[in-house]
Amino acid sequence: MAWLGLYNYWIVVFLMMAGLYIVIARENLIKKLVGLNVFQASVFILYITVGKVDGGTAPIIAEGIEVYSNPLPHVLILTAIVVGVATTALGLALVVRINEAYGTIEDDELEERERET
Amino acid sequence: MILPHLPALQVVVPLLAAPLCVVLRRTAVAYGLAFLASWAAFAISVLLLLQVLDSPGGVISYELGGWAPPWGIEYRIDPLNAYVMLIVAAIGAVVITYAGPSVAREIAEPQRYLFYTSYLLCLSGLLGVTVTGDAFNVFVFLEISSLSSYILISVGATPKALTAAYRYLIFGTIGATFYLIGVGLLYQMTGTLNMADLAQRVPPLAGNRTILVAFAFIAVGVGMKAALFPLHIWLPNAYAYAPSVVSAFLAATATKVAVYVLIRVYLTIFGAEFSIAGMGIGYVFMPFAIAAMFVGSAVAIFQPDVKRMLAYSSVAQIGYIVLGFGIATALGVTAGILHLFNHALMKGSMFLALGCVFYRTGAVTIESMHGLAGRMPWTTAAFVGGGLGIIGVPLTAGFISKWYLVTAALERGWWWLAALILLSSLLAIVYVWRVVEAAYFRPAPAGAPAGEAPFPMLVATWALVAANVYFGLDTRLSVGVAERAAAALMGGGP
Amino acid sequence: MNGSCLMAAALAIPLAGTVLILMSDRWPNLREAVTLATAASLFAVVVMLVPEVYGGGRPALRLWEIVPGLEIAFTLEPLGMMFACVSSGLWIVNSIYSFGYMRAKKEIHQTRFYACFAIAIAAAVGVAMSGNMLTLFICYEVLTLSTYPLVVHRGDEESIRSGRVYLGLLLGTSILFLLGAIVWTFTAAGTLDFTPGGILDGRLAGPAIGLMLFLYMYGIGKAALMPVHRWLPAAMVAPTPVSALLHAVAVVKAGVFTVLKVIVYLFGADFLRESGYADWLMYVAAASLLLASCIALTKDDLKARLAYSTVSQLAYVVLGAALLVPSGIIGGAMHIAMHAMGKITLFFCAGAIYVATGKTEVSQMDGIGRTMPVTLTAFLIGSLSVIGLPPFGGAWSKYFLTLASLETGHMVFLAALAISTLLNVAYLMPVVARGFFAGGPPGAGTGAGTAIREAPALCVVPLCVTALGCLALFFYADALYALLLPIAAGGKP
Repeated sequence: MAWLGLYNYWIVVFLMMAGLYIVIARENLIKKLVGLNVFQASVFILYITVGKVDGGTAPIIAEGIEVYSNPLPHVLILTAIVVGVATTALGLALVVRINEAYGTIEDDELEERERET
Repeated sequence: MILPHLPALQVVVPLLAAPLCVVLRRTAVAYGLAFLASWAAFAISVLLLLQVLDSPGGVISYELGGWAPPWGIEYRIDPLNAYVMLIVAAIGAVVITYAGPSVAREIAEPQRYLFYTSYLLCLSGLLGVTVTGDAFNVFVFLEISSLSSYILISVGATPKALTAAYRYLIFGTIGATFYLIGVGLLYQMTGTLNMADLAQRVPPLAGNRTILVAFAFIAVGVGMKAALFPLHIWLPNAYAYAPSVVSAFLAATATKVAVYVLIRVYLTIFGAEFSIAGMGIGYVFMPFAIAAMFVGSAVAIFQPDVKRMLAYSSVAQIGYIVLGFGIATALGVTAGILHLFNHALMKGSMFLALGCVFYRTGAVTIESMHGLAGRMPWTTAAFVGGGLGIIGVPLTAGFISKWYLVTAALERGWWWLAALILLSSLLAIVYVWRVVEAAYFRPAPAGAPAGEAPFPMLVATWALVAANVYFGLDTRLSVGVAERAAAALMGGGP
Repeated sequence: MNGSCLMAAALAIPLAGTVLILMSDRWPNLREAVTLATAASLFAVVVMLVPEVYGGGRPALRLWEIVPGLEIAFTLEPLGMMFACVSSGLWIVNSIYSFGYMRAKKEIHQTRFYACFAIAIAAAVGVAMSGNMLTLFICYEVLTLSTYPLVVHRGDEESIRSGRVYLGLLLGTSILFLLGAIVWTFTAAGTLDFTPGGILDGRLAGPAIGLMLFLYMYGIGKAALMPVHRWLPAAMVAPTPVSALLHAVAVVKAGVFTVLKVIVYLFGADFLRESGYADWLMYVAAASLLLASCIALTKDDLKARLAYSTVSQLAYVVLGAALLVPSGIIGGAMHIAMHAMGKITLFFCAGAIYVATGKTEVSQMDGIGRTMPVTLTAFLIGSLSVIGLPPFGGAWSKYFLTLASLETGHMVFLAALAISTLLNVAYLMPVVARGFFAGGPPGAGTGAGTAIREAPALCVVPLCVTALGCLALFFYADALYALLLPIAAGGKP
């Protein structure tokens, strides 16, 4: 049952696949963005998992503590989260504009409209 | 005093100019700032290239914020990224010179200062990707440039630009995230993000499964950004519906920078020996590159929209660049890097010429170009000049690229590949000549608008055409630096 | 002035002329004066180079390295000297003819016409003087591109379609085959310099030699070896001066000139002969020679007939080169000049007939010799020269080609030459015969048929000059022979 010990990686893989599936399979542009966020979140968890050191604590210097978790992945992922938020914001803004222009945010309907023009 | 800080300034100048544009708001001021920042970036890139070529080891290392690598972020410049930086900054400077009248024609007044802000952000992102020596930093800059390019594309004239930008956003984000996963896995195994440091630590781990997974994730992720066939489907619409300025800028720089990342990751971080001999990366990319050459060109032939045609042509040309990399010898990599440079000049000039056409006629379909030679002789000639380069006619930069590609293929004894390269360039004749026939020999529709584009647009377009011819005649710079870069890469990393 | 300066001048003069022609767009007389002055000074410069080359000198001009190991370089040797003289000399005559023709037909875009013409001549002279295969390739492609606007000059649907064939075949074969062959040569031999005795000896072996030869022969589409000859009839849609100088002299001769250069200076005739992988070329050339003559017979349009005749005559040159003996190479080289003079005369006549009467079909030309006696006499002289009858220039080149077939013991080519000569008679003589004799008693209906009605003097004088040239070449052939002798000897060190 050693593989269960790596359960956080299983979560990562599940979220990654679920997110990608949503992006690919859903027609609704908002849902696609949600999927994208799930997908990105899986990567955040991957990084944080990597940074965890067994028995380590938060990387704050204190008396009597020898083992710290690696803080670098947290910092990296903070940046990645910012990027993710910016992407989501921009994506949503585009969806609003698309809705104004076409009156729909369903991908298949959009394609139909585009083919008409 | 300033000289040692050039690597940082390369990114910081456009990055700081961007928020200033927002603060100052006035279109003229924003344009002025963007103009100055872009040309300053170009000047810096020239100085940096000279410094790199002069420096004994061929490498400049700059510690950002004074933190020593591998803990701090290192900006590390060798001939390869100095070269890519030069082309990005040069295109940036030429395009901003061109942008004034074109942006005034295509973008509403209240949005213009934001347009220039995004442009500067995109430029600094692309320059950042090339300048940095840190694998995670590459992701950050890649996303800065991508996010701003989504914005730039979305302000195109038709609503289709919005959907094109949205689809590019989805694709681009997935690609970037794949890259991020790969880098994370590499970090997990090595504990470092510094490329030079990674280059030391990754090869001994060859064969480790995590490393292999990272290898694959990065290939797909960067392949998406580079629009490598069959991951190119976001590209045609994005380039076709973006404003003229943006199409020219992105076509000449964005995918090139992604290809640069590809080369950097596989030949520096993983190392030539592991990637090529161990993993056979050349054989992985080559079939896709060849497919891109043929499919891209063949689809281009049937496009009624000339801008879309050029976009598909770009897919094909990226195929040639990656093919050079796929041949996986010093000569092949030289050819790939060289074509990266030359293609930026050729495709840039063609997109700029199309921008001139759009400026005057408001359309870029084949029909709208009927009789164009009589109405806009200089613009048409510039387009043809770029087109001859794409075909690979002698006296243009495209010929030199093709020469090196074919030589590299024959050097490995792959005569069939040489034949395929030459055969695919025949397709380029067809799609370029469709436009030539329309422009020179079809009668102009009655009442068609006539007259040349404004002077700055013409000057910028012709500057690229002139460069295209110049680098077809004098290849000391273009081939020389590409050879040095390839030698450094194939010799086991800088 | 020394040789290098003269060579630089020979390249610069037509290019400078192009700029001046474009600048004098608004003043047709000035534009034509510039054209003529450019042509005359180019010819003067080229002629000034002759003594040095004749004396065994090989003036060279090195410009710059385009990629490491490959230069833009020019070296003048006898073959190139001859080709340069022919192209630049006939340009003068052709310019005068163009003035008459273009004015009489009130053609459009005349500035573009003269400008492209000048670039084409510059490229042809560049081909003639090239010192290595890369330089030659560059000039070759410039020649293709600069003649494209001339072919599609009229700009109607038919010319565009012909232009597609023209450009597609010439550019396509040159990129697909020729460029591949050049890069291959470079990777195999490490150089592309034209070297007496060849550079591929010992670098290539077995069937690869045959393949390389195939790539060169079909890559040089301008040599119109069947089946890549289709562009030449297509190019006939152009105004007649273009057909006359470019598609009977400069462009097509650039093709066979390149064939000779490749065989003599890249492969080396001895190397090819000993390898045994070049035999197929003789048969292909002979077949091309006969087939094209047969097709010429079926063409009623005079220019189309002349075009197929050119395809056939080009195959003579290729055959001469493919026989790989000195007499064959000299015969082939000589045929470049001889056929040029004869065929340009024929085209001039065809154009003159078109200008004067508007007739293009052979079947319409009954009795035309009575209204245009000078033109048709010149046509007769040109025909006799192309057929190869003394006392006209064409006799000599055919003599050497016959000699070469005898030397190599290939009686089949002797037969091919003989049959082809008969076919030449069969497709050229009817024009003369109809012109002078057919049509029944003229004036039976109208009475006006016998009045002399020649084309403008500017058209007629040039065709008389070239007809006399055919005669002169017969008597001065020994000078040409002496000039060309070293290239054949160059095969044997």
